[in-house]
Amino acid sequence: MNHYKLTGHAATNAAVASQKKRSRAASLAGKLWNERYLYLLLLPGLLYFIIYRYVPMLGNVIAFQDFSPFQGFLHSDWVGLKHFKKIFADREVIRVIWNTLYLSFLQIAFAFPVSIALSLMLNEVRGEKYKRIIQSLVYLPHFLSWVVVAGIVTVMLKSEGIVNHYLQAGLGIHAIPFLTSPHWFMPLIVLEVIWKESGWGTIIFLAALAGVNPSLYEAAVVDGASKIRQLWHITLPSIRSTIIILLILRLGSVLDVGFEQIFLMLNPLNKSIGDVLDTYVYYKGIQSSDFSFATAVGLFKSLVGLVLIVGANKLAKKFGEEGIY
Amino acid sequence: MVKNHSLLEKLGGVLNVVLLAVVGLLMLFPFYYMIATSFTSAAESATKTFVLFPKRWVFDAYSYIFHSKVFVRSLFVTAGVTVVGSVFSLLLTSMMAYPLSRNITGQRFYLFLVLFTFVFGAGIIPTYMVVKSTHLIDTYWALIIPGAINSFNLIVLRQFFLGIPNDLTEAAVLDGANDLQIFTRIILPLSKPALAAFGLFYAVTSWNTYFNALIYINDPTKWTVQVILRQIVILSQRLDSLSDGQQAAIASASPPGETIGMAAILIATLPILALYPFLQKHFAKGVMLGSVKG
Repeated sequence: MNHYKLTGHAATNAAVASQKKRSRAASLAGKLWNERYLYLLLLPGLLYFIIYRYVPMLGNVIAFQDFSPFQGFLHSDWVGLKHFKKIFADREVIRVIWNTLYLSFLQIAFAFPVSIALSLMLNEVRGEKYKRIIQSLVYLPHFLSWVVVAGIVTVMLKSEGIVNHYLQAGLGIHAIPFLTSPHWFMPLIVLEVIWKESGWGTIIFLAALAGVNPSLYEAAVVDGASKIRQLWHITLPSIRSTIIILLILRLGSVLDVGFEQIFLMLNPLNKSIGDVLDTYVYYKGIQSSDFSFATAVGLFKSLVGLVLIVGANKLAKKFGEEGIY
Repeated sequence: MVKNHSLLEKLGGVLNVVLLAVVGLLMLFPFYYMIATSFTSAAESATKTFVLFPKRWVFDAYSYIFHSKVFVRSLFVTAGVTVVGSVFSLLLTSMMAYPLSRNITGQRFYLFLVLFTFVFGAGIIPTYMVVKSTHLIDTYWALIIPGAINSFNLIVLRQFFLGIPNDLTEAAVLDGANDLQIFTRIILPLSKPALAAFGLFYAVTSWNTYFNALIYINDPTKWTVQVILRQIVILSQRLDSLSDGQQAAIASASPPGETIGMAAILIATLPILALYPFLQKHFAKGVMLGSVKG
């Protein structure tokens, strides 16, 4: 009663607002109550994301500490950017970053185009059955584990393996130390990726190619365009946006070259060229318990990845493409 | 001129078919090599007379492997983890995907939480520490829980749920069904093909997983088959030397290492090969689904 008199108009407004707020709160509570079963279903997954995806993100704070497992991250000393400065002062880390970038660009330059070429070739096949057989064959390696792929490669290429046996018996050259020589490491990794994943990579391009309007080709044929010209003026432009989107995604993960494959092919003799960020973090953090520094390297990697993917997406939009979000 | 054109094009078409056949053979060769090597006799393997066909096909490597406790146990461990893990993952993923496909309060926030994990990963070390502090190290759950939900699968499955016509659920609401009943009696039965596809997806991932077993499992009796494969094929360790205390009885007369290795790889790959026809069909569809922007 009292406050009505006090400021008249304004007070009435406030009362209405607070009532609205209350009723909105009540309706939110009602809505949540109606959704209680949905929340019940959501909860386990949400807990999973919080505990195993987001808590570790927070756990990255130990990159700014001298973390000791005995003191926990609440009581370890804060050291600011010490470990990040160390990244750029440490020649070993610089070498590892360089290895990672080098391998990534080799993969983009060699493995990525193979998928495109393979899709274009498959797209030209007239016999449906033949096409399907080849597709089944090229998808197959994708489902094997890296251990299996690296295992077969190891047995075939080791110094007394079949490849070296025939190189010696057939061509009379000395055995080539494929697995232990730094020179062979990168080519082997890229070849393995091409064998395992390029067939799988065709799926998305084939889908894009299937969406091309056939009347474009008919018109081109009427105009007397050769196959090559059709490829250049119709086929490639119509899968351009797919290529660009996949390239963006790939660029966003240039520092991500895959742990398992690299780790399985690494040995003390090729480590100088083969160690990449993920394997380095594993050796530093889990093998040598240098937690804070390893976390700093890992965080650096994730942050660069984040910046790259956002940047590449912006760039794609600037060039009039759709981007990924 | 025009004739020249088409002759060249025909030639190109033939070349294309031939090249693709070569690609297909290149994909097959490692499998063939693996099979042939695994059946080669010790004598032939030593003298390298192995060409494309072993002169005598022997099963020594297989009988050796199936007598080794270590490898057989690892197969059982992997099979168990794969079955339990894929069911668990499928359950968790679909349970989460369904509310996200409804107009649940805070939907945008939850979706953001999921999508953000696409662009920012937590890193190896902090994840390891969380797994450690939740006491999963050296338990089979370490191979199941940390990767339980694949964000990509979750989003694609949500997309699939969104495609189920609303009329069906509205009718159920009128009949007095609550969201749990709608989920279990309507949505899940209607999604069988999608669930089968994602179940296979999770199964292959967990059968093939090496990294998690490497960092979370130190106890050799809990090693999965991929870990054993690395030990015997890539590091050329002997199976009998891997056994935990109990020596294998047949250590003396064992077949050559690469023969055993290839046989082991073949055995470990058989489940994948057996599922392959289903995999191929579903997976290609899944990839397409995922590539449709939504």
